[in-house]
Amino acid sequence: MREVAAIGVGITKWGELWKKSFRDIYVETALLALEDAGVDRIDSMYVGSMSSGLFVGQEHIAALLADYLGQTPVPSTRVETACASGGLALKLGYMEVASGMSDVVLVSGIEKMTDVSGNEATYALGTAADQEYEGYHGITFPGLYALIAVAHMEKYGTTREQMAMVSVKNHKNGTKNPVAQFPFEITVDQVLNSVMVADPLRILDCSPITDGAAAIILYPAELAKKMGKPVVKIIGTGHATDTIELSQRTDITWLNATYLAAKSAYAMADKKPEDIDLVEVHDCFTIAEICVTEALGFIEKGKGGEAVEQELTAIDGKIPVNPSGGLKSKGHPVGASGVAQAVEVVKQLRSDCCDRQVSDARIGMTQNMGGSGASAVVHIFERE
Amino acid sequence: MSTPARYWREIPQRYRLEANKCSSCGKIFFPPRLLCNVCQSKDLEKTKLAETGKVLTYTIIRVPPHQFVDQAPYAVGIVELDDGVKIMGQVVDCDFEDIKIGMKVKVEFRKLFDVGESGILCYGYKFVPQLR
Ligand SMILES: [Zn+2]
Repeated sequence: MREVAAIGVGITKWGELWKKSFRDIYVETALLALEDAGVDRIDSMYVGSMSSGLFVGQEHIAALLADYLGQTPVPSTRVETACASGGLALKLGYMEVASGMSDVVLVSGIEKMTDVSGNEATYALGTAADQEYEGYHGITFPGLYALIAVAHMEKYGTTREQMAMVSVKNHKNGTKNPVAQFPFEITVDQVLNSVMVADPLRILDCSPITDGAAAIILYPAELAKKMGKPVVKIIGTGHATDTIELSQRTDITWLNATYLAAKSAYAMADKKPEDIDLVEVHDCFTIAEICVTEALGFIEKGKGGEAVEQELTAIDGKIPVNPSGGLKSKGHPVGASGVAQAVEVVKQLRSDCCDRQVSDARIGMTQNMGGSGASAVVHIFERE
Repeated sequence: MSTPARYWREIPQRYRLEANKCSSCGKIFFPPRLLCNVCQSKDLEKTKLAETGKVLTYTIIRVPPHQFVDQAPYAVGIVELDDGVKIMGQVVDCDFEDIKIGMKVKVEFRKLFDVGESGILCYGYKFVPQLR
């Protein structure tokens, strides 16, 4: 296989983009990535999107977006693994360049979630759970992660305050991110007094509803070196699944698909958790970040809550987690989040992150997951 | 809107707790499966779930999906039945404060929500406390 580099990244301001259409958000973002890479053509493209059908009533977006980006007739593929769709798009783009099948591949993700009401958005997101045996009983996504939170609190003594600290940390990081939907600080008290969504999770434990896209251009690393640009290589990729129904897992508090995806990525990259300088993780809910840091091997099992309290995951901590602000502050346009994580890591490794820059960052990781953790995709990046 | 087929197809499981059991390794599946996910055996025999169990974890849903708007807030839990099978459902007929991990419950047949995707009343199981 050939070595693969990310030579261009693009992301635009995220939020409730009432005035912008699905296709325009996409094209603006993809053009930034093409410009950053210095290429004017692509060989192929991948689009991660969880539910364009339910959110904007549009399927067949692979061809639509290729057309509006002025790239027809290139092959264009939409991929879906719920909120891990973006991460999966990156994996497939990586495979296509690594295999030698294509040289210039556009990897992207998009979701426009505010064209439907809050109830409809809740329903659309709920389709990532087992519709017949979870959704049928009235569970929601905050509800599924609340079930994990209650079990984690009972088993390991994780506290309500520790979960709030995840949100506080990510909002603090997000203040430095110009594309973040909510770039302001919040306090533990504000989290603990915000509206209850699914006990014990409150609204400030939850990532928001967001419109947004993200894009990356992949290219063979050998050719990238000749372009004289900073070369950030993808050195590991891992992807795994678990039971879609939360109740069917041996341990409800353990994200096994994330653990296994990371295990594959570490093995492929020949790296260990101690080698990673920063990580962007899927903090769709505060408890998720706590469980993910454990499953990725950064924090001992059961100690994810304590780790946040001890500021081990702060931007200047032992392992900086979500320097971008994470899904919580940056926003969570579900299909785009996995690609946006990679955009942040590439920028960090190029030292392009101004006042949210992690110092001496050379190796970074992304972890993107779908549903209550049934799909997980992990990537490891290294600057040459 | 879905056709009623999507609803009545699930009736044996939802009304009567019909499950199946791998004849080779003994694992019980709910809903029934065509293939054992442990030993890959296709030899599965019909069985029925236990009707009592205990709460493993729970939450109170305050922001519900549209079919449940008139019921919120309501409790949803994961229960481990006495046969070891774990299933999700609402925990009812008790105050939220009384729900605890380890609480003994029994499975009862109840209406879940008024009108489903098929335009019909939707029934199934809920959990109620064993001793009051
Ligand atoms: Zn078996």
